[in-house]
Amino acid sequence: MLTAIWVMIGLALALGLLLGYSSVKFKVEGDPLVDRIDAILPQTQCGQCGFPGCKPYATAIASGEADINQCPPGGDAGVRALADLLGVEYKPLNTEHGEPKPKSVAVIDENVCIGCTLCIQACPVDAILGAAKHMHTVISSECTGCELCIAPCPVDCITMEPVKESPDNWKWRYPVIRIQPVAEHTTTNSIH
Amino acid sequence: MFSLNRIVDLIKQPVHRTEVHLRGGVHPDEHKHESTQQPIMSLPIPHQIVLPLRQHVGHLPKLLVKVGERVKKGQLLAEAEGSISAAIHATTSGTVIAIQDSLIPHPSGLPDQCIVIAADGLDEWVDLHPMDWRQQSPASLIEHLRLSGIVGMGGAAFPTQVKLRTTPKSPVHTLIVNGAECEPYITCDDMLMRERATQIIQGLAIARHIMGVENCIIGIEDNKPEALQAMTEAAAKADFAVQVKVVATMYPSGDARQLIRLLTGIEVPNDKRSTDVGLQCFNVATLLALHRYFDFGEPAVSRIVTMTGRVNEPRNYEVLFGTPMTDLIAASGGALSGVDDYIMGGPMMGFSLPSIHVPVTKASNCIIASAPDLFPPAAEAMPCIRCARCADACPVQLQPQELYWFAKSENIEKAREYHLFDCIECGCCSYVCPSNIPLVQYYRFAKSEAIAQDRAKEAANVARERNEFRLMRIDREKQERAQRHAQKALGSKDSSEQAPAAATNTEDAASKQAAIQAAIERAKAQKAQMKPKNVEDAPTQVKAEIAEIDARREQAKQAVTQSQAQPAAQQASLFDQAPASSDANSADKD
Amino acid sequence: MSRSPYVSQAPSVSNIMLKVMLALLPAIAVYVWVYGSGILLVLLLASLTALVAEALVLRIRQRPVWPFVSDCSALLTAWLLALSLPPLAPWWLVVVGTFFAIVVAKQLYGGLGYNPFNPAMVGYAVLLISFPAIMTNWPAPLSLAETSLDWTTQWNIILSGQLPAGVLPDAVSMATPLDYIKTQLKLNHSVDSILQAGQFGWFAGKGAELVALAYLLGGAYLLHQKIITWHLPISFILGLALMAAGFHWYQPQLYAGAGLHLFAGATMLGAFFILTDPVSGPTTPNGKIIFALGVAVMTYLIRTFGGYPDGVAFSVLLMNMLVPLIDAWTQPRVFGHKP
Repeated sequence: MLTAIWVMIGLALALGLLLGYSSVKFKVEGDPLVDRIDAILPQTQCGQCGFPGCKPYATAIASGEADINQCPPGGDAGVRALADLLGVEYKPLNTEHGEPKPKSVAVIDENVCIGCTLCIQACPVDAILGAAKHMHTVISSECTGCELCIAPCPVDCITMEPVKESPDNWKWRYPVIRIQPVAEHTTTNSIH
Repeated sequence: MFSLNRIVDLIKQPVHRTEVHLRGGVHPDEHKHESTQQPIMSLPIPHQIVLPLRQHVGHLPKLLVKVGERVKKGQLLAEAEGSISAAIHATTSGTVIAIQDSLIPHPSGLPDQCIVIAADGLDEWVDLHPMDWRQQSPASLIEHLRLSGIVGMGGAAFPTQVKLRTTPKSPVHTLIVNGAECEPYITCDDMLMRERATQIIQGLAIARHIMGVENCIIGIEDNKPEALQAMTEAAAKADFAVQVKVVATMYPSGDARQLIRLLTGIEVPNDKRSTDVGLQCFNVATLLALHRYFDFGEPAVSRIVTMTGRVNEPRNYEVLFGTPMTDLIAASGGALSGVDDYIMGGPMMGFSLPSIHVPVTKASNCIIASAPDLFPPAAEAMPCIRCARCADACPVQLQPQELYWFAKSENIEKAREYHLFDCIECGCCSYVCPSNIPLVQYYRFAKSEAIAQDRAKEAANVARERNEFRLMRIDREKQERAQRHAQKALGSKDSSEQAPAAATNTEDAASKQAAIQAAIERAKAQKAQMKPKNVEDAPTQVKAEIAEIDARREQAKQAVTQSQAQPAAQQASLFDQAPASSDANSADKD
Repeated sequence: MSRSPYVSQAPSVSNIMLKVMLALLPAIAVYVWVYGSGILLVLLLASLTALVAEALVLRIRQRPVWPFVSDCSALLTAWLLALSLPPLAPWWLVVVGTFFAIVVAKQLYGGLGYNPFNPAMVGYAVLLISFPAIMTNWPAPLSLAETSLDWTTQWNIILSGQLPAGVLPDAVSMATPLDYIKTQLKLNHSVDSILQAGQFGWFAGKGAELVALAYLLGGAYLLHQKIITWHLPISFILGLALMAAGFHWYQPQLYAGAGLHLFAGATMLGAFFILTDPVSGPTTPNGKIIFALGVAVMTYLIRTFGGYPDGVAFSVLLMNMLVPLIDAWTQPRVFGHKP
């Protein structure tokens, strides 16, 4: 009986030592957690999460101050990816922080723009080209759709236009297979 | 299909049969004889040409013409822009009547920018400048090709001038000519080889010169004995060595990498291009286009299209790009009754045209008029029974069932791990599936998702960088300002100097504020007065509607003004002040 | 949109299942000749239970009933289970086993294509563990039985669940060849002397080896029709033969040879019909070989050193558990990739 206990203690010690040694010797150097969380976030820099940008939100998640479901542009997929990374339960998006919207870009109406540079100062990715008393314009390819430029504009000349689908960015649809006969109306998405 | 004569013919040919065989693959019914009974016929000039700008892989070309311009056949309408791009030429003479979004033959059914030309029926060419390509350097010939509009005619539509490039690091030693045409129903390459074999060989000579290769191999499937004979005779007359090899008829032996392996035994590594292993592959029609361009000066204006299926006279036609599909269908005697769909491409890889009012483009190799009795609708899909027949049929030796499960559960990461992007979408897997699962649609979906995800990731990385740079820039400006303030504080001993400076500052600030306010009010006034544009020509009913909307807007504005004026008016009576600039407030509530 | 390819040339699922059932017919015919027509009633009972059970469960799961029932996969499972049961099994045993196989082992995992375990083997294993006495009580082949039973008596036995009055169990039943060998070896008799017993024919038990041959014939038909590939059956047979031959060469009197192992028990049935179940088996060619070899090794070990006379069912179920791992580790080389 005593031998059994000694054997078990011995095994526990030996295996514990082995594990400890391995965790030090074979440690995988990865990015710090904040960077890994930031890599998942969509970089819209919109502030809907309640933080002034994606990096601060990532920092807050890493320190446990913020929840993982506060980012509407990241959508459901983003929450799941964060849940996977952090090993926590998935939870649906917190609608208090906004609803996911289709990708849009800001467009400045050049007839109304007065060249006040307030939107340029507001844009978190410097996607607006212009200078004081000169025409401003949004560089569409850089615009993340964060909508931070709309509020500061004193003449309300900025609108959000959803990105149109063209043969260039068109995506094949998910095939839909009927398992029960449905009513005659089928959407253009289904195959059958 | 297997007649004694054919076998005897094949034995008589001094050709080499490949020893390598396709792994996997399927053997669908060929249906080639329907459209090879008659020679190629030129389609008459259509009344209108609709030329999409996007007829190739790569960057859109830059428009050079405007609406109203008169153009001649072969005139450059849009020039190649960027390193991977192709030009667009007018395919007949006429007037450009519109540059607009129009329906194109694309599975999405979405419209795209097109140049619409009303043909004048004269079919007048521009001045053509053939050149003596033997005297020119390959580099200059490739430069010239940017103006030719020639793209791969096998269906991939890749700009040919890019494919002809070689680098000293990866020279090309063997040129493969793709005359396999493995997909059922399609016979345009077959007829081209039968009728214009000499021209194809002449095009091959040009490609050979540009790429500096010694070895040329033409691969033809064994179900095309007439084409084989024509090409062998033409090859014998060439002044350089050309081998004609027969490959066993099997789908998809015409896929470039499969054909390369069949003809040379070399398997091009998945992460390399064929030029990296010294090989390049061209379709027969592409080579013919090269010959027409350099030896005749003709840019790419037409191609052979197989019109087959349930039409009165299935046949191959030489069609100008931009010709409406309706013209092609009419030329073949019209569709038979029961036709409910038109498929562009073959039955294995083609797609249903969104409408018959689309133009023929550089990639249109075949149109099949389909009816439910020709291609019955697919039976209901059952669950996958893991029989792995798809894996046996896949020519790329993928595991289609694994890709299916991952694509189905939208696990794009795992699908990539299982080599999703090696899939050539040939359709062999779906062809043999006992459960009738539309496997290829799942892979197409997974691929577009993966590409969209990659694009989003790229965009996110750029946005992150820009954001970080901006934060850094703001920081830097703050520091510079703080430095300047510190220096000013150190520099100025006389405090009295500061007071006027401060005063000037406030004065400046005040005048600036006034200027800004004035600008804002000007803009608001302008916006309030803004009328809709382009209404002079609008019909009276539209004008009336616009007037109605304007009136409604005025009413709403006045309602707001009144509701705001109420408390303002109260205040005025209380404090005996003139009402605040309420008009400024009401103007922005438009 | 595109639904390419617009053509296809594939047998339907029901076509495949029916061909497999066709391949079973020779063996059923020989079975009837050797053991009497009781097996036909068992087959009938199993088939009916399977169809009814599947229809019921599909209804409860709110799935379309006819497409799934008409694919005949439940019928095939029922037949395979029925052929694994003793020919005079009571009706309730057949019904319970089939019910469990279809409802629990197949439908509750998600239906066709989703079951990780071979449903027929699950049904068999459940019955064997729950009713060991009945499951090991095999009737003697008609030519060897003391009392021969005509078909009405046999059907009566099945439907009533008991032997008729005046007939002793020993008169009609006989240990199966594998069972007999196991018991005799434990009693320290040599293999040669065991094989002298009257119930043994050329390779294995008289009559039973003919059934095995008939399975082999059916399997050859399936190979010819390309319903199955050679990897699974050949690897299993070779694996088992090698194991048996090896041990027999080492100690000829302690371990029976390859001939016995191949033609006794469920070897032939397993090789061509049970291991080749596509849903629960591996999908890669190398994976199939590894799977079959694994089943062969375990079958031999259970037969020789384990507690049960035949080990095919348990071996198959154990290897079914390893199938996802086998599949992941035997992914073949893709065109253009390094091995």
